[in-house]
Amino acid sequence: MGQKDGFLKFNRELPKSRDAKARIGDFKEIYEEFPVERTKEQAARCMDCGVPFCHNGCPLGNIIPEFNDAVYSEKWDEATRILLSTNNFPEFTGRICPAPCEAGCVLGINKPPVAIEHIEKTIAEQAFEKGYIKPVFPEHRTGNKVAIIGSGPAGLACAQQLNKAGHWVTVFERDDRIGGLLRYGIPDFKLEKWVVERRVEIMNQEGIRFKVNANVGVNVNPKELMEDFHAVVICTGATVPRDLPIPGREARGIHFAMDFLTQQNKVVSGDTISDQIMAKDKHVVVIGGGDTGSDCIGTSHRQGAKSVTQLELLPKPLNQRTHQDPWPLWPMTLRTSSSHEEGGDREWSILTKEFKTNAAGEVQKIKLAHIEWFTNEQSQRTFREVPGSEHEIKCDLALLSIGFLSPERGLLDQLGLAPDGRGNVYTNDYHSNIDKIFAAGDARRGQSLVVWAISEGREAAVAVDKFLTGSSQLESKEVGFMALENDG
Amino acid sequence: MHAMKEVNKSLYTPELEHDSCGIGCVANIDGSKTNAIIQDAIDMLENMEHRGGTGADPETGDGAGIMIQNPHDFLVEECSELGFTLPEIGHYGVGMLFFPTIKSVREECREVLEKFAIELGFKVLGYRKVPVDPNVPGSGAKKVEPIIEQVFLSHSEATFDDLERKLFVLRNYSIHFIGHNVSGNNGDFYIPSLSYKVMIYKGQLRTDQLRPYYYDLQNDKLTSALALVHSRFSTNTFPNWKLAQPFRYIAHNGEINTIRGNVTKMKSKEAIMKSSLFTDDELEKLLPVTDPEHSDSANLDALVEMLTVSGRSLPHVMMMLVPEAWQDNKLMNPERKAFYKYHASIMEPWDGPAALVFSDGKMIGATLDRNGLRPSRFCITKDGRLIIASEAGALPVKPDNVVSKGRMQPGKMLIADLEKRRVVYDEEVKAEISRKQPYGDWIKQHRVKLGTLTSPKLQPMYELHTLPTRQKVFGYTVEDLKVILGPMAVSGIEPVGSMGADTPIAVLSNQSQHISNYFKQLFAQVSNPPIDPIRERMVMSLFTRVGESLNILDETPEHTKQVHISQPVLLDSDLEKFKNLQSIGFDYAVINAQFVADSARGRLEEGLNKICSDAEEAIRNGKTILIISDKKIDADNAPIPSQLSTGAIHQHLVRKNLRTKAGILVEGGDIRETHHFATIIGYGASAINPYLALETIHSMNAKGLLEKEISDEEAFKLYQKAIGYGLLKILSKMGISTLQSYQSAQIFEALGISNRVIDKCFTGTISRIEGLDFDGLAKEVLVRHKAAFAPDTTSPETLEVGGVYQWKHRGEKHLFGPETIHLLQHSTHTNNYEKYKRYAEKINDQTRNALTLRGLLEFRNRAPIPIEEVEPKEEIFKRFATGAMSFGSISHEAHSTLAVAMNRIGAKSNSGEGGEDEVRFVKKPNGDWERSAIKQVASGRFGVTSYYLTNADELQIKMAQGAKPGEGGQLPGHKVDDWIGRVRHSTPGVGLISPPPHHDIYSIEDLAQLIFDLKNANRAARINVKLVSEAGVGTVAAGVSKANADVVLISGSDGGTGASPISSIRHAGLPWELGLAEAHQTLVKNNLRSRITVQTDGQVRTGRDLAIATLLGAEEWGVSTAALVVEGCIMMRKCHLNTCPVGIATQNPELRKLFTGDPDHVVNFFHFLAEDLREIMASLGFRTINEMVGHTEVLRFRNDINHWKYRDLDLTPILYKEFTPSNIGTFKQIEQDHEMDEVLDLALLEMSKPVFMQGSNVKKHFPIKNTNRSVGAILSNEVSKEFKGQGLPDDTIHYLFEGSAGQSFGVFLAPGITFELQGEANDYFGKGLSGGKMIVYPHGNAEFVAKDNIIIGNVAFYGGTKGKAFINGMAGERFAVRNSGVEAVVEGVGDHACEYMTGGYVTVLGPTGKNFGAGMSGGIAYVYDVNGNFDTLCNPGMVSLESLEEEDVVKIKSMIEEHVQLTYSPLAKELLENWSVALSKFIKVMPDDYKAVLQAKKEKIRVAV
Repeated sequence: MGQKDGFLKFNRELPKSRDAKARIGDFKEIYEEFPVERTKEQAARCMDCGVPFCHNGCPLGNIIPEFNDAVYSEKWDEATRILLSTNNFPEFTGRICPAPCEAGCVLGINKPPVAIEHIEKTIAEQAFEKGYIKPVFPEHRTGNKVAIIGSGPAGLACAQQLNKAGHWVTVFERDDRIGGLLRYGIPDFKLEKWVVERRVEIMNQEGIRFKVNANVGVNVNPKELMEDFHAVVICTGATVPRDLPIPGREARGIHFAMDFLTQQNKVVSGDTISDQIMAKDKHVVVIGGGDTGSDCIGTSHRQGAKSVTQLELLPKPLNQRTHQDPWPLWPMTLRTSSSHEEGGDREWSILTKEFKTNAAGEVQKIKLAHIEWFTNEQSQRTFREVPGSEHEIKCDLALLSIGFLSPERGLLDQLGLAPDGRGNVYTNDYHSNIDKIFAAGDARRGQSLVVWAISEGREAAVAVDKFLTGSSQLESKEVGFMALENDG
Repeated sequence: MHAMKEVNKSLYTPELEHDSCGIGCVANIDGSKTNAIIQDAIDMLENMEHRGGTGADPETGDGAGIMIQNPHDFLVEECSELGFTLPEIGHYGVGMLFFPTIKSVREECREVLEKFAIELGFKVLGYRKVPVDPNVPGSGAKKVEPIIEQVFLSHSEATFDDLERKLFVLRNYSIHFIGHNVSGNNGDFYIPSLSYKVMIYKGQLRTDQLRPYYYDLQNDKLTSALALVHSRFSTNTFPNWKLAQPFRYIAHNGEINTIRGNVTKMKSKEAIMKSSLFTDDELEKLLPVTDPEHSDSANLDALVEMLTVSGRSLPHVMMMLVPEAWQDNKLMNPERKAFYKYHASIMEPWDGPAALVFSDGKMIGATLDRNGLRPSRFCITKDGRLIIASEAGALPVKPDNVVSKGRMQPGKMLIADLEKRRVVYDEEVKAEISRKQPYGDWIKQHRVKLGTLTSPKLQPMYELHTLPTRQKVFGYTVEDLKVILGPMAVSGIEPVGSMGADTPIAVLSNQSQHISNYFKQLFAQVSNPPIDPIRERMVMSLFTRVGESLNILDETPEHTKQVHISQPVLLDSDLEKFKNLQSIGFDYAVINAQFVADSARGRLEEGLNKICSDAEEAIRNGKTILIISDKKIDADNAPIPSQLSTGAIHQHLVRKNLRTKAGILVEGGDIRETHHFATIIGYGASAINPYLALETIHSMNAKGLLEKEISDEEAFKLYQKAIGYGLLKILSKMGISTLQSYQSAQIFEALGISNRVIDKCFTGTISRIEGLDFDGLAKEVLVRHKAAFAPDTTSPETLEVGGVYQWKHRGEKHLFGPETIHLLQHSTHTNNYEKYKRYAEKINDQTRNALTLRGLLEFRNRAPIPIEEVEPKEEIFKRFATGAMSFGSISHEAHSTLAVAMNRIGAKSNSGEGGEDEVRFVKKPNGDWERSAIKQVASGRFGVTSYYLTNADELQIKMAQGAKPGEGGQLPGHKVDDWIGRVRHSTPGVGLISPPPHHDIYSIEDLAQLIFDLKNANRAARINVKLVSEAGVGTVAAGVSKANADVVLISGSDGGTGASPISSIRHAGLPWELGLAEAHQTLVKNNLRSRITVQTDGQVRTGRDLAIATLLGAEEWGVSTAALVVEGCIMMRKCHLNTCPVGIATQNPELRKLFTGDPDHVVNFFHFLAEDLREIMASLGFRTINEMVGHTEVLRFRNDINHWKYRDLDLTPILYKEFTPSNIGTFKQIEQDHEMDEVLDLALLEMSKPVFMQGSNVKKHFPIKNTNRSVGAILSNEVSKEFKGQGLPDDTIHYLFEGSAGQSFGVFLAPGITFELQGEANDYFGKGLSGGKMIVYPHGNAEFVAKDNIIIGNVAFYGGTKGKAFINGMAGERFAVRNSGVEAVVEGVGDHACEYMTGGYVTVLGPTGKNFGAGMSGGIAYVYDVNGNFDTLCNPGMVSLESLEEEDVVKIKSMIEEHVQLTYSPLAKELLENWSVALSKFIKVMPDDYKAVLQAKKEKIRVAV
């Protein structure tokens, strides 16, 4: 630990965002430059806790106090080494992670937590700049071939790990560009796509083969895949969105958020989309109060929406933690994203009851009602409508961002993969019910965070490596190399 | 020494018994024989009864005895009555014989003795049955009372010294033979003495039983010119007559800590013995003289005898075996230094506290070891006697009969040569011996000093590209670099950590372990004091030697042909030097310590066998240096752990009698921490080259990972320094001073190692629960080896995270991790028992990863009862305590919250050692009470006043603390704010040191004395003695019970809340399961359990922990860490930095504001614990705790955990339960008899009634003697009760005493009480002086010069907080140690005066000893530098010597004037008469920190004005 009382000397500080009015004119990242010297101060706030709750809170098990210390003493190579030992893609998580680590930060008990995510991003960018992140070539090749289906964060992490272990890896992506959710799910103002491309290029050089427009089960024969590869890893994500089956749902102008976001991402990347879903000059209503909803808001602003309203079923969270969610639990507090800062309205405890259309079948209004939440006799939280609270608001474009249900069944059924209780791929230590097939990421655990996807990809790689060679020297989150195996 | 060698079913380990005692001798200097000498000696012995012990049966003593000269005339008369005639003295030998009681066995013994006598040329003249009174011994002693006879033998040729040698041969020859061959003897046959010169009467008796038992001793015809006596206080009460002392040459008060190493080395030394005075045949018959089964004192005596009868003089032998501190003594005469240096090549010190009196029948003498921690006072009388005893006044001498009085000083010797008829002092004795041979020349010719050899031109051979691989093979983690090596290399000190160790012990860990983690450092508690390795560095030494040792019965120039090294950490270039010594006759061999890494069974053992035979062969080929190296390992060959290879080779060579032929060096890649060095040296190596640690430091430096810019050379030096200091600390915690005697002394307990491994490599090490065999140890190496050499390593640069010092996903498991901390806090803050149960489940469920020994246990089924039948929670609350955490280490908020919570439920919180603010003694209006029920008395004695002691329900003596047993502590100046300074009676801003030992507890009889002091200081309080779990804690607990403590706390070594050196947190002491079980077993076995409450603590977390603790023998429990977590602690483990972000372990006001703890939360927690425990009690059918205590049969080893590492563990010794008759209590039932019915204070109190009733003054006279102890404590207690902290106005009570005051005279004397003593006093004069006034001067009839004579004993005014004292005479060692406010005038002091002083004024008008002002951080001392050499005697570590300023002159003068007024001191008068001359010789001793703080204060005032 570089400085024992840094947390008493410095306050939490993050890079400033560009002015909201200015930044909605483009799709570039919203942050201004931040001097490295000040990042060092932020790292000095780390207390190097005996029980680092941040390290526990991070799904990857990032060894946060150690890299903070390295940043404090400006050992960027050391910081990079520490960070990369648990995280393949800090340039992604450093930008778009909700940072459960910061929720766990011990400093957060009574002060703003350490700016871990910002530090992570800084390390990653310093590492690229200084050339510490470069292609890593395995010392030898095992001759094993592994197919990874899906190039989202789970697929990419799994691919890079298995390649490190010396296996030949091919990644199949059904879309036209590599990156999955990173590529098309997250708007550029949160993650500019050169960041993804930079990483894919490195992986390419490392010897990983990427096949785009390769939709396994559609234009790639899964049987051949099973014959050609020694192992297959399903990283197809949980892409079936949750629908809102209420009257008027069939109206035009009602879309799933992901369709809306994907199209805009393609446009930013230079593609042209005919009939693009556009928010320009429209009253946009975003249904669902999560991160995807936020992305819809930011995108709508940038497209020039007339108004943007976000609706959330749950009640408005408090500004502070309550005894229900004390530190170090994830705080159920009010979150204001950069997109919220850019404008629009938010409403809570709102039930969406009906889409109303005009004669052309286009959505025009939404019927809403206020609700109140209570605990019923079975001790369950439930809600009831507030009598007489029904009302309507204008809506030319409705975007549904109320989550995802499960992976798409098509390919999984073709491969004969058993589902678990929630429709995800059933696995035992990442191994599916079929001998050679493994699964990782949202396809296995259901809708989750990018950081979890990377973690899943890494852990699945260990399982695949063991399956192929009998043992593995790849790092896993929980088990170190000094662990003694119990042989009975 | 142990009659009963029992099968190791229980945890009790007989080798670990301790004893210590009172000793003394009396002699007619002119050699005239009188009966009075004998009677005087016995009187003296009886006056030291309080230094002896008794068991459960008060009539059974621990042992007493006397050695006298052959009473020839008496014997002639007795024998002629029996019908045989004795020849002239010098022509026959007389033996005292202890025969077995069974007649057939006895007669067989007699036959053997006679047969051997004849074989050796003796004639048996006859026997005499020694007349005894069989009704005297207590019932325990009676059971094994021997038949005692005397035998008379003459020899055909030999007389005098020749005869003595033959008698020696006969005695050993017959005892050995009978011991091995006479069945039914069981070691009962014993010969206390067999000599032409002396006779010894002894037995398992109390001091006052010796004379009534032996009729001879009552016979006035019995005469002697000298007599030597001994009374024993033992930690056991198993009957044994042989263990009584004196032995044949010595009586010993103390403990030889290095005994195992000494005796192991003796085996090899005996193998090469040759003597011109003994024939080879005789040598064969008399050897071995030492025996690992015998006690330390018996072995020391045996060696003294062997060396003396084979030609050296007795003082010479004593100098050889118990040398004074010579290495760093620049003032020592060169000839004497050469003597010691030369003999260091022959014999390592028998190290440990020792006051010795010795006699060969012609002379008598005494010596103290280098530390001088045992008291020894002498007196020479006008009627020609020399009297030496543990206490002054033990043999009363009329004041006008005294020629001089003195004390034995550390390392010094005194003899009375009865042939030359004079007393000879240290200087003369030693000068004569040192000049006998040209030792200095011999050394110059033959000895090689490594430091002076030129370094070979050597390019460092670093291979940085393979470094990570090698680091991995040897188990390096990121933490090793970041936490251990890095900090050592830039700061030269050992790293510090906090909050104990909640990781599994090595054998339960699923992480590959360093082998040294299985070995726990032993430490001293109670039975002997640890040393302060910083402040008393002068007595310690890291000196070590390499090479061949020669015949110890001879001395030649070649004996010193060895390589001497000043410290044991070798740089690469140092090792290279050893390889370049062939030309001068030191040839070396490298032993490659590796084994085949193919995972096949038996490979490691195969490797060990190979290196053993390699080593043996090398020695047979004449090599005198063996270098054990693991440098040659590769992908196919794994390293043998250095500790294992060293131990195996050392033991192999011992068995082959070759060990003395060569020295062992180790070149090991697995050696980086202090503990690694300690274990390897402790198992046989002389020096170590930690090449990989050095290379790692180099590489860190090259990468810029060290926190400072530094050269490699400097970094290595600092690393050497850190390890050196760490080693001193490890030695010192056992009370060992020299590395030379620590080497191969095996001061460890193995935990989780199979006995097969122990027998082969670590012979004799205590290992009680079995564990890993060779293949298991190999597996631990191979998992690292495999990971390191795996071809597909994907991140070759990255080391494992470690996770030992900080919780990590991939690392070691911890009891407190993110989840458990959260659940505990959440459940207690919301009063949610269900959540608590989830927390408890997480802690208790150790099926997958065992973390604790109790995790391996489960409850057997037993008929349950409804929970309503279990005693209520309120009954259980009384049994809870929180741990000792001082105000200072934690914030006021955290401290008082615990106190309030514990008081609310009727449990006890603990003040810790930092005193307590008096405002907390008063209840708050809402009924809450911040008073800590337990007041701790620790070595620092901060704020320990009469008033503090009065405000307690329990007084706890902290002998050791779990996180760092055997060590002291330090509160840095920045944590001492105004408030803490006031409570601790010290200066804000000035750092405070807690010494490693209590300076009033150097042995078990001293502890008894402190217990007595405290009981007198507060009769209503329980006295609790806190011990830390380690092998032998059971015997210590037994001693504690015999010393009349009411409670004994067995602390687990893994507990701990504040800051401690990391190596101590991890490597010293044992979990409580072992210590508690051992203590309970031993107490029950001795029938001492029912007299004492047993408490345990250390990582106690749940109701299940409490239940198991109860079943293992504890009826009360302490909880600390968990309580802190409830208060908000999140295990930052940064308590030492004052940056605790939750306001607990900090004094920073900003951070303290962040404290969110609440007494309610703490109360909730204890409700949960009690409820949890009650549920378990109900399920097991126990209604009360009392009926549950010690029921180990309810526990069993779980059978559902099957990790290979646990498979060979054997926990049955923990669960062992001895058959106990119904009259033996197994929980606390009987109150201790504190023997306070007749204390002098009752009279003092009675006489002081006018003060309490009418508020008038009193003045009275009392006679006093050395058996009046702790005088003043009860009186002060009553004053404190009535008049609170401020006490009475000066001199309200003025008592005058006349005589020799016993120990602790004026202890905790309260304000307003004046004690005036005419005569002298013993140790602990004015201990804890709390505001009273003490005056002492010699008796009016005394003719000796007061200023030159010792008038008060050692450790006067220890921990004094306030008051005045005037001493007309000299004081002993450690005057005013830890004084924080007393103003004292004294006319001379011994060594270590004003040590750790933090306040007050001390004016010394005469000579001082060495090490003055060591660790002194406050207060001022003025020394009248009479000899002009004070600058060489003062320890300049923390103080500066300054000239006087105006205010000093005023202060000194007023102190001296008062001194004259109160004591009539002629010296002081003289000084005042020549005041200006006198002033010029005064030196001011000013602590640097104190000065800085005073300066700053003055500045402040100046600015304010």
